[in-house]
Amino acid sequence: MYTQAMDVPDGSNPAASAPDSGSPQQRAHFDATIAADGRIEPQDWMPEAYRQTLLRQISQHANSEIVGMLPEGNWISRAPSLKRKAILIAKVQDEGGHGLYLYGAAETLGTSRADMIAALHSGRAKYSSIFNYPALSWADVGVIGWLVDGAAIMNQIPLCRCSYGPYARAMIRICKEESFHQRQGFDALLAMMRGTPAQQAMVQDAVNRWWWKCLAMFGPPDADSEHSAQSMRWGIKRIGNDELRQQFIDATVPQAEVLGVTLPDPELKWNAERSHYDHGAIDWEEFRSTLAGYGPCNRERLATRVAAHENGRWVREAALAHARKQQQRNTEDAS
Amino acid sequence: MTTPPLKDWPLWEVFVRSKQGLEHKHCGSLHAADARQALHLARDVYTRRQEGVSIWVVPSAAITASNPDDKAELFDPAADKIYRHPSFYDIPDDVGHM
Ligand SMILES: [Fe+2]
Ligand SMILES: [Fe+2]
Repeated sequence: MYTQAMDVPDGSNPAASAPDSGSPQQRAHFDATIAADGRIEPQDWMPEAYRQTLLRQISQHANSEIVGMLPEGNWISRAPSLKRKAILIAKVQDEGGHGLYLYGAAETLGTSRADMIAALHSGRAKYSSIFNYPALSWADVGVIGWLVDGAAIMNQIPLCRCSYGPYARAMIRICKEESFHQRQGFDALLAMMRGTPAQQAMVQDAVNRWWWKCLAMFGPPDADSEHSAQSMRWGIKRIGNDELRQQFIDATVPQAEVLGVTLPDPELKWNAERSHYDHGAIDWEEFRSTLAGYGPCNRERLATRVAAHENGRWVREAALAHARKQQQRNTEDAS
Repeated sequence: MTTPPLKDWPLWEVFVRSKQGLEHKHCGSLHAADARQALHLARDVYTRRQEGVSIWVVPSAAITASNPDDKAELFDPAADKIYRHPSFYDIPDDVGHM
């Protein structure tokens, strides 16, 4: 999942800096490929700003997949049944796989996974701000699947047509796996809504806490996003933030009705003239401050990530030492 | 003996054959310490939903790829050899399917 505001600046501004080495022919070829809606492949020449933008977006996306494992991972040992536990393990495992596909796609742009992980762990690289909120009850796990994965799917489907081949291919694979994520979340919530009043209240409480954060996942309004416009011209981004957000709201309102929950926005109502739902204003200050590191769980998430990486270090080193020893033995046998 | 400091495990390309009778198809890459581990990880990452019945892993460094700058030289000559396609030939309708 999880690409939200993936054109979030991280201090660098590739579009403005970045000298280009390309010849006029190379540049013309690139422009023609983009104009014809073709795909740019790793070995093709590309403007440095295009490469930097993709690198930032894909690595942020990959970071979001693996940080996204944490809020739900906390619930694996506390899932209410063996069935729900098995489902949750499968979902969290999928997210790890999504991270792998995306780091792989980013590596084709000339960076290493180790460098990207280091950037994440040092706080230099961003990930989706949605994971800086806590998953307080079992209903949160259902709501994350239904709304957070649901919003991510809206965001990710157009990325399957991204102009950079490796990213588009990774997204196709990811989108195939995502639909189960949203459905299992909705299914878990449906079970609770058919349960006791206390269970129903838990679901409503979780929806109240997550709804606005999910709307913010689509990123700032297009009018405020210069990055967005450049990404559209390059065919990296296909649909604007506001349009995707509207699609998500329009799709979600009827689902909420089936579920029997209220979406916490008094201004949310059908506008027959536009054939869309109108909605209230999003608190962008809160979004920006969470992204900047001041959300309720930023420290905890990063600390958990770093600890997992450090605790696994000896495994990575042992596997490599074993492989080297094996190789050495083989060459000795051969001589 | 001094070993270089660990960065990433080496990169492998993964090919999966989805059914008996079909060819292996490239499906992605992964990092692994050795071939056996690469196979193991490929199974976990790329075949969790019965996507395959056979996996190949190849060190990425072992792949030689054609140079994109040679694209025209390599592939364009095929463009004007339309007689290599069945649609080039007009066969009378009475012949039926051929
Ligand atoms: Fe995902
Ligand atoms: Fe997901």
